[in-house]
Amino acid sequence: MSTPVLQIAGLRVEFPGLLRTVKAVRGINLTVTGGTVMGLVGESGSGKSMTAMAALGLIPKPGVVHGSVKVDGFEVVGRRDAELAPLRGGEAAMIFQNPMKALNPFFTVGEQMTDAIRCHLPFDKKAAIKAAIAALESVHLPDPTFTLDKYPHQMSGGQIQRVMIAMALACQPKVLIADEPTTALDVTVQAQIISLLRELVATQDRTILFITHDLGVVASLCDNVAVMYAGEIVETGSVVDVFADPKHPYTQKLMNTVPRLGAGDQNLNFIPGQVPDMGFPPKGCAFHPRCDQADDKCAASAPDYMIFNNDHKAACHRLDEAP
Amino acid sequence: MSILETSDEVPTLAWRVKAKAFAANNKLFVVGATGFLFILLCAIFAPLIAPYAPDKIDFSARLQGPSWAHWMGTEKFGRDILSRVIYGAQTSLIIGTAVTFIAILIGAPIGIIAGYFGGRLDTLLMRVSDVFLAFPPLLLPIAITAALGSGLGNAMFAIAVSWFPWYARITRAAVLRIRTEPYINAARAMGVSHTRIMWRHVLPNSLTPIIVQGSMDFGFTILAAASLSFIGLGATPPMIEWGLMAATSRSMFLDAWWTVLFPGMAIFFTVLCVNLVGDGVRDVLDPKHGIKE
Repeated sequence: MSTPVLQIAGLRVEFPGLLRTVKAVRGINLTVTGGTVMGLVGESGSGKSMTAMAALGLIPKPGVVHGSVKVDGFEVVGRRDAELAPLRGGEAAMIFQNPMKALNPFFTVGEQMTDAIRCHLPFDKKAAIKAAIAALESVHLPDPTFTLDKYPHQMSGGQIQRVMIAMALACQPKVLIADEPTTALDVTVQAQIISLLRELVATQDRTILFITHDLGVVASLCDNVAVMYAGEIVETGSVVDVFADPKHPYTQKLMNTVPRLGAGDQNLNFIPGQVPDMGFPPKGCAFHPRCDQADDKCAASAPDYMIFNNDHKAACHRLDEAP
Repeated sequence: MSILETSDEVPTLAWRVKAKAFAANNKLFVVGATGFLFILLCAIFAPLIAPYAPDKIDFSARLQGPSWAHWMGTEKFGRDILSRVIYGAQTSLIIGTAVTFIAILIGAPIGIIAGYFGGRLDTLLMRVSDVFLAFPPLLLPIAITAALGSGLGNAMFAIAVSWFPWYARITRAAVLRIRTEPYINAARAMGVSHTRIMWRHVLPNSLTPIIVQGSMDFGFTILAAASLSFIGLGATPPMIEWGLMAATSRSMFLDAWWTVLFPGMAIFFTVLCVNLVGDGVRDVLDPKHGIKE
């Protein structure tokens, strides 16, 4: 199972404005292979969500998308809405950050699930209900038949996120794109959702692009990780390699911001400065204004990727000089 | 089972308590609703209630004042005014319902499309709608009816056409809020088409302000239709319509005041009740508007 399911090549997402063009994603390459979980990590505004939206062709007007996104070999960029309809929810499904608002408050869970299923599969109502019940069972919601008759406001965030996952997986998508699916949930519920996703990967061989800013979640769920900063991927590799030996200063600093349990009194670390204004991204390495190892070279030219073992790559000038 | 039964009872109780609390806080709504129910029953059971046939001409009883035989008197052909007022309720309620529905049927889709797609289409649709709002409220229906020819059908159409922009605006405002809701995005990500999103997700969630506005406008449309009938552009004889009744008798107002007063009172009472109900509906469906707790 090493066929690439989601291939992103040279993806750029730009929002032309009157005075400046906001470059949300600036040429990223990313490949997610079947049966693995890719974590996409970065601060708010680093272009993670835009990458996810671009994968489904959902970049809102006036956004412009360049490059290539292939879902199971199907080119997404440049397609019209009608051509993308079978892809969205069919080949590639997405779950969102705020589950409480991701369902229409006007209809029951069952109506919305069967609607979604019948959108993609040639089922009649009865078969769709059966499929919905089976999907709800697979995400361990107790009493699925009862759940189908509930309205979104009668359920908790964790329950709805399970429904959303069930709904997304009901049509057997090749890839599941999860855009910060645990951010709006309680920590205990977060853990349950993560373990559910891990189980689905293990038992059903699911492929997930998992977007988050939570490194702990990445470590516990993902096989590979890509760290995004200012619309670019600064470091990527297997979770084991990147977490054991982060190469890019940004990745290192990001790891340092995670408080460690049992480490005694410690200050909460943070990365000084803020994510650059993507209307005017910094010249050279995008991270150099916040990097304490930066020199003239960093400000002058953008670094290339250095490849370490097992596809572990990072883009930083400092790495050239390392022994 | 016992757990299920008790959990079934609690919401019913809560509903009753809520209804009582609402009635106590909204006495005017209760008054309006009672009056409206009364008018509605009059309209439905008019043949049973009315003491005379509404179009029975009796020249021996012309222009009689209110009496035990004719509670509201008779008009110049000797027809019983009470019976005609009762039958007139049918006409007015049908007008109010039909005009409001036509206005919503024209306005809501325009508002949904304008709000959902935005951009130039939005500008185009809303500016065209604004043209209709630029006319004084009664002038446009008068002009349209004058052009189409008088008659109740034309008058109703004319009022609806001049009133739909309000629904377009209200719907658009609601859609602008709903368009950015995550479930719309989620539906897009599930591959749902624009048409289906508008029909299944946007419309149901923008119904509340439309219903509120509709219940508030119901009285206005009755009044507008009566006004058109009064100036001879709406209902035509032998139709029984309050505005028309007042109009045909207005030359006799000083000698036979009852011929004009009672149809006028009927219009006044109906519009008042409908507006009180409309205020109540708004309080229920639009909690942000003046909370009374």
